[in-house]
Amino acid sequence: MDAITLARLQFGITTVYHFFFVPLTLGLPILVAIMETIYVRTGNEVYKRMTKFWGKLLLINFALGVVTGIVLEFQFGMNWSEYARFMGDIFGVPLATEALSSFFLESTFLGIWIFGWNRLPKALHAATMWLVALGSNLSGLWILIANSFMQQPVGYAIVGGRAQLTDFGALITNPNIITQYPHVITSGVVTAAFFIMGISAYHLLRQSYDQEAFWRSFRIAAVAAIIGSILVILVGHAQTQHIAQSQPMKMAALEALVQSEDPASFSLFSIVQQDGSEVSELVAIRIPAVLSFLTYNRFSGEVRGIRDIQAEYTTRFGPDDYVPPVMLIYFTFRIMVGAGFLLALLALIAVILVWRGSVERAPFFLKVLIPAIGLPYIANTAGWLLTEMGRQPWIVYGLQKTKDAISPAVTPGMLVFSLLLFTLVYGGLMIADIYLLARFAKQGTTEQEQAEQTALAY
Amino acid sequence: MDLNTLWFILIGVLFAGFFFLEGFDYGVGMLLPFLGKDDRTRRVLINTVGPHWDGNEVWLITAGGALFAAFPHWYATMFSGFYVAFVLVLLALIVRGVAFEFRSKLESPRWRGVWDWMLFAGSLAPSLLLPVALFNLLRGVPIDAKMTYQGSLITLLNLPALVWGLAGVLGFLFHGAIFLSLKTGGEIAAQAHTTARKLWAPTLVVLLVASIVGVLSTDVAMRWPVALFLIPLLAVVALGVSGLWLHKGRPGAAFVTVGTTILLVVSSLFLGLYPRVMVSSLNPEWSLTVYTASSSAYTLRIMSYIALALVPVVLLYQAWSYWVFRQRLVRESPLEY
Repeated sequence: MDAITLARLQFGITTVYHFFFVPLTLGLPILVAIMETIYVRTGNEVYKRMTKFWGKLLLINFALGVVTGIVLEFQFGMNWSEYARFMGDIFGVPLATEALSSFFLESTFLGIWIFGWNRLPKALHAATMWLVALGSNLSGLWILIANSFMQQPVGYAIVGGRAQLTDFGALITNPNIITQYPHVITSGVVTAAFFIMGISAYHLLRQSYDQEAFWRSFRIAAVAAIIGSILVILVGHAQTQHIAQSQPMKMAALEALVQSEDPASFSLFSIVQQDGSEVSELVAIRIPAVLSFLTYNRFSGEVRGIRDIQAEYTTRFGPDDYVPPVMLIYFTFRIMVGAGFLLALLALIAVILVWRGSVERAPFFLKVLIPAIGLPYIANTAGWLLTEMGRQPWIVYGLQKTKDAISPAVTPGMLVFSLLLFTLVYGGLMIADIYLLARFAKQGTTEQEQAEQTALAY
Repeated sequence: MDLNTLWFILIGVLFAGFFFLEGFDYGVGMLLPFLGKDDRTRRVLINTVGPHWDGNEVWLITAGGALFAAFPHWYATMFSGFYVAFVLVLLALIVRGVAFEFRSKLESPRWRGVWDWMLFAGSLAPSLLLPVALFNLLRGVPIDAKMTYQGSLITLLNLPALVWGLAGVLGFLFHGAIFLSLKTGGEIAAQAHTTARKLWAPTLVVLLVASIVGVLSTDVAMRWPVALFLIPLLAVVALGVSGLWLHKGRPGAAFVTVGTTILLVVSSLFLGLYPRVMVSSLNPEWSLTVYTASSSAYTLRIMSYIALALVPVVLLYQAWSYWVFRQRLVRESPLEY
């Protein structure tokens, strides 16, 4: 494999792995903070047990999220030094601000939260979890501001072959961030809500001790799940409409639209053959005009196809292959959307059951919710794959190609070395993480309290 | 003073803060197998840095982010050039961070043993490699006209840099032992105090050697006015004085003086560099400087406002977190990790 493939593979593995832990870190602190706030307000001990139980699972997840994030912070310099040189003037700003405004906040206050149970007044202790939630969600904002520039460059000028920031205001109000940020945040809430519902379902089914804690957790999570999953779909729809404007090639690829159409048809099922920039349809089952409606809210309007855009880019940027891997993007998009709708449906059923007070009488549904914990993870991963792969061959849309961004000082041998080590260590840590999560999730609230008591005694 | 210089100083401050804070963290991690006779003692040691290690580590991450924002070429050349070293540092930080959180979650001695070992190795590797990397910035590494590093890992592992690495390891061990004698009580504190006293002489000797090597293997002798040599001299003197404080049974004062040593050593390094940020051993003209490696004036100005607004707040709440957890830990204390 050549250096570029290895570097991209490494970026893909380390980023997808990192993002495996991030959504829960975005959503779960909010829900834990809500539980602890209810505890402070009502003094009801069951909410304290809930806070501690979900808090412990949050910490196990948080540790891996934090440490794998460090890799990303340095990887832009290690593997993509030419990108760092070209983009540092702009990209470094949100990244440094993220560290200053968010990493310090979440890590310091998480430390205080873990160790502060008996040292801080109750309300102040609950406030530290709100600050953790603020920190992790602010961190998401800054990193997505950075990513948005890669999707849609704004507020810059090219000076001496480098991109220079000319308008900070434009950078942080990038039209791309307006839909991307809420999409990521709400998907974090959905991930956390299904995490809580799934584990609560397990305990409700098993008739574990402390049914009340899991019943109340389930109720809070069901509300979060329905709000989150509806928002994530609405925002996602707005985001796709935006992509149609800002990244037409990504749009064409995720709809497998080879030829420009007006009105444009929506693909039910497509197989396209791709040979370099040559793309042809093998199978296409399409519904007329629906894609125009999805894109413009009316049954007319042109959506441009891959061939036209390829031709346009060749004139604009010179001859090259501007077509991202179509099938991969087409299917990851459908996996993401399919998982999203399924989650909304499950959330709806959960809310109706909670409303009617008949959750316990639906054991089959509770059983379904346990594996459904994995659904948001599939959707999150698919979403990022299509976002980043759909931008190819660009690393910064229209400004720098991925193949020009790689570090000249790093040899394929070094990349193989780091790739192997990261994969090995990440694999080991993933096993340990899932083992711990499963163990503590199954243990339930009271057994956990008892375990702590014995640990203290000796 | 221009913004380029201001950001050079700020990055120096971030590294100094990082080594001061995470220095004792690393020290505690490295002392774990030596001072932690039984599991409860090891837990006490780990819990002394429990609430703080993550916040301390963010100083390094912020230094990295600030490098990217203010000096993208420095960031690009250093991280791609020192590739293998940074891969090892990153892996160390990963296993170390996870070890804190996972270690005491299960009772099994084997499980805990593995994570203790990771805590030790994960603390040792950056203690050694980060000073090696930073000293090489000053000593000079092969950087060509296009700002690309032309060496390998072996280039970095030269004798002078390794002496600095050793100084880092010993310095952080010493710093960590003093920290433990301050943050623990009873027998554990007494042992930490004894260990600190034993570590004092070798640390002093190695720092002295590192200072001499630092002057001989770099160009500071030609560049510095005589008055500047006071700074590394004071660093050595402060370390010497810390031994006296320990002898008098005053670890608090010793901690402050060792902290001063760390700040002065980092200051010496950055003063040696300025206005360069990475010295080229191939051609002095090819060295990266605060001007050739920097972002645009506009970006530096924006970043200055952001730092001005956020850094004081960060310092306040981090200081508060140390205040909240000022109590000494003993074997009977409730422990989270």
